Amino acid sequence: MKPRSRRDTWRLLVLIAPSLFWLLIFFLVPLVMVLVISFGQRGTYGGIVWDFTLSNYARFFDPLYLRIFGRTAGIALATTVICLVGGYPMAYFIATRPPRWRNTLLLLLMIPFWTNFLIRTYAWLLILRDQGLVNMVWTGAVHNLFLHLATAYPAATLFSSLAGLTSVPLELFGTNGAIIVGLVYAWLPDMVLPCYAAIERLDFSLVEAAQDLYANRVKSFLRVVLPLTMPGLVAGSVLVFIPALGAYVTPDLLGGAKSIMIGNVIYSQFMSARDYPFGSAISFVLMAIMLIATLIYFRLGSD
Amino acid sequence: MKRERQLKGRRGRWLRHILTAHGLVSYIFLYFPIVVLVVFSFNASRYASAWRGFTLEWYVSLLQDAAIGAALKNSLIVAGGSTVISTVFGTMVALAMERYDFSGKLAFDSLLYLPIIIPDIVMAVMLLIFFVLAHAQLGLVTIIISHVAFNISFVAVVVRARLAYFDLSLEEAAQDLYANEWQTFARVTLPLIMPGILGGALLAFTLSIDDFVITFFTSGPGSSTLPLRIYSMVKLGVTPEINALSSFMLIVSMLLVLLSFVLRKGGEGEIEIV
Repeated sequence: MKPRSRRDTWRLLVLIAPSLFWLLIFFLVPLVMVLVISFGQRGTYGGIVWDFTLSNYARFFDPLYLRIFGRTAGIALATTVICLVGGYPMAYFIATRPPRWRNTLLLLLMIPFWTNFLIRTYAWLLILRDQGLVNMVWTGAVHNLFLHLATAYPAATLFSSLAGLTSVPLELFGTNGAIIVGLVYAWLPDMVLPCYAAIERLDFSLVEAAQDLYANRVKSFLRVVLPLTMPGLVAGSVLVFIPALGAYVTPDLLGGAKSIMIGNVIYSQFMSARDYPFGSAISFVLMAIMLIATLIYFRLGSD
Repeated sequence: MKRERQLKGRRGRWLRHILTAHGLVSYIFLYFPIVVLVVFSFNASRYASAWRGFTLEWYVSLLQDAAIGAALKNSLIVAGGSTVISTVFGTMVALAMERYDFSGKLAFDSLLYLPIIIPDIVMAVMLLIFFVLAHAQLGLVTIIISHVAFNISFVAVVVRARLAYFDLSLEEAAQDLYANEWQTFARVTLPLIMPGILGGALLAFTLSIDDFVITFFTSGPGSSTLPLRIYSMVKLGVTPEINALSSFMLIVSMLLVLLSFVLRKGGEGEIEIV
């Protein structure tokens, strides 16, 4: 309702003033500062020279950064696709359970999601690193198995070569793959929840109607279920793609020198290179991409 | 209307089994790393990853670590401070947004949502620049300010979800019975939305105590929180103490999240998805 009296107007002002103040000073002003600084230049000793130059944005086209941006986009895209392929059936599974099960399953999905991100990423370090769990099994149990088989069947060279293969640890840690596993793990619930919401709302009698009209299972899925749940699918993809694009902790802990992402570049511009203007320019572009993706999300969400 | 959710026929049964198996594997994927971490935290071996028997040694050495004690204290100050401030402000703004229309509401609503969707590295950078240019001494105060900046939005979303189901006739009934505005708020409105407020506060506390990136950028010497401590321990090399500390934090925050959901559910309706 509209504020009806002067007292109402006062009440409204008092209610929003603290948050408005906080968000203006500690969110909007810093946001504008980032934009302004991104047109400045780095001083000789790391300070900011106030200026108007597009050189920070021009630096994006340096092959070094183009490669990093390309890799980041690739990793974010791969993460989104894997979350989609894994998350959609998972959402379908949850939505087709009896109602009392559904809430429990959703809760089980949400609990890890709201716990410490750094720690969950660190857990993957324990699994993927050279002396980690996977390689413990690989160079231990699997290696021993092939050694036994090779001695039991000396004629089969396959076993001895497999034994040789398993004697060295798999190179998992520090690869793009390790980052993707960490990101999928972190953001899978962001895909499952909107898909679940869409599938849960789906009127399954429409599927029956399609099948009554002799549509087979594949056809009724492609022509009925998929189009009707598309908004959830798009929403989930946006919700996964944005944080994957801005990832910092995951590539920092699970990636190596060869798998640097945009987040790591921003970090190093602020913490080691002390090039605030360039760091600001990258941050601003990242934010612009995020805003565009969010607008798409709300457009589709309002349909 | 009857909603038929079952896939029929023999091929339907196969599909159903595949779907169930996939669901099961997905949940194992979600909990497997957590289980690995907790199991390793009880492993007696210091260097090898192999299992060398059960021990509580790493938990005991946590208790004796002064740096971890200091980090825990900082974490509690930051989480406590930012939760109190953001819960009060977030609840107030939720009431305003649900009850009133005003010009610029859409713009303000967008501003309120932005901290939730912005990548945390960008928000961290923004705040660092702001504090550096404002010549602010980086430390606990700047961390708390930063945490409030994102927590207001989360609290507001949770409380608004609760207010959306609020039956306004209850307030009218109170006023018919000669309760003044303050009495109506304190005796009717506040108790009814309290589960939402508590749920929002718990969420804020959890997000604050778990935050790494934004804290990392806005902290100064001597203001290390637990996640910062874990991060520097990981960077220095993996030690069993990290496993113990991480497991402890993980279990505590899982309990907090569970409590937050129970409160927000408030006995009716479906789980709210933020």
